[in-house]
Amino acid sequence: MTENREFFYRRLHSLLGVVPIGIFLIQHLVVNHFAVYGEESFNKAAGFMHDLPFRILLETFIIFLPILFHAILGVYIVFVARNNTRRYGFFRNWMFYIQRITGIITLIFIVWHVWETRVAIGLGNAELDYSLMEGILSSTFMFWFYIVGVVSTTFHFANGLWSFLVSWGITVTPKSQKIATYATLFVFIAVTYIGVRSLIKFAYGI
Amino acid sequence: MAEKTITLVITRQDSPDTSPYEETFEVRYRENMNIISALMETQRNPYNAKGEKTTPVNWESNCLEEVCGACSMIINGTPRQACSTLVDKLEQPIRLEPMATFPVMRDLAVDRSRMFDSLKKVKAWIPIDGTHDLGPGPRMPEKKRQWAYELSKCMTCGVCLEACPNVNDNSDFIGPAALSQVRLFNAHPTGEMNAGERLEALMEDGGISGCGNSQNCVQVCPKGIPLTTSIAAMNRDTNLQSFKNFFGSDHAY
Repeated sequence: MTENREFFYRRLHSLLGVVPIGIFLIQHLVVNHFAVYGEESFNKAAGFMHDLPFRILLETFIIFLPILFHAILGVYIVFVARNNTRRYGFFRNWMFYIQRITGIITLIFIVWHVWETRVAIGLGNAELDYSLMEGILSSTFMFWFYIVGVVSTTFHFANGLWSFLVSWGITVTPKSQKIATYATLFVFIAVTYIGVRSLIKFAYGI
Repeated sequence: MAEKTITLVITRQDSPDTSPYEETFEVRYRENMNIISALMETQRNPYNAKGEKTTPVNWESNCLEEVCGACSMIINGTPRQACSTLVDKLEQPIRLEPMATFPVMRDLAVDRSRMFDSLKKVKAWIPIDGTHDLGPGPRMPEKKRQWAYELSKCMTCGVCLEACPNVNDNSDFIGPAALSQVRLFNAHPTGEMNAGERLEALMEDGGISGCGNSQNCVQVCPKGIPLTTSIAAMNRDTNLQSFKNFFGSDHAY
């Protein structure tokens, strides 16, 4: 059974993007949002997540492995497409193109972000607390790098949710797909707000 | 007053292995010309715009009423049928190119074999041959017949494959047309008896998972076939089929 695994891998890729990666993304940004209520509030929430039982197993199977698989197959998917928005400037074709661009940006962002936080903490070079993010985001460049990274991630998630609904045959009619476009746009705006709001708090203390 | 002419800028290619080049033609204008009749002028009078004698332009066409799909080409940047494209509705000069997704045979004639191979791969037919008379098949609900008829309008013209960003040299994706044909034949009450075989063909490499939902196909289809509805419907059916195959079902035929 080495042949014809593409269907299985592509469906797994689609599923993993939502469960667990999408769910983790929302959880991550919501927990970050504790920062808005103050340093102590964030440290308490981050401490709770850090001290969850079986943390290494949870991280490995809910975060690291799914993202690794999604990223590797995703990069392949990006290189298979020959984008043609110049000739066919339809809305969905642009979404298709931006989905691939944000996928690559998100991958770069996540690699950097994990290196700077989780890996640094794991190696004992940093402490998981409010001041870690405050320090990183005090640089204007890093603030904007994080803004681009977070918006790109939330777009990729929201638009991916739309394709998930099509790939799993949930939204079949043009009408349901259109409603799903509006619904996922709302998801994009809501999740982006949650993420960006905490970044502003970390960077500017407001 | 000088005779009215139209300008054709044609991307030509002498053989499958040679490189393409552009050649401009000035052809005599007549009322109600379509692209085919304009091209015919290059056969009647094989001289390019510089007045040099050249070979007549080669293209493919049959029905001349937009049902055979043979004369698809890129006209002023849009893939469409040369027969149903009227010169009066186009900007000058008119640029004609062969579709880029398919191998060029000569000039504007391309080889669409990959589409016909895909139809064979997904078994886009209804097997009814037997050694004895099988009698009449089951009836089809009228409402279903109506939407299935829309799908049957596909003429394998290749415009959807041309517009699809995932149909290219890097991918073996069979493209939207064949996916929609599976829906058509699986909707048929007799064809439905072999539904699983067609769905399993869609689950092979290069099958339905190659779709990236750019939805260009439905925008460009000259017959207005709801290709993306078909693809989403086949997504649902292939997923269910894969669950049936894995977990087991008495309905996985």
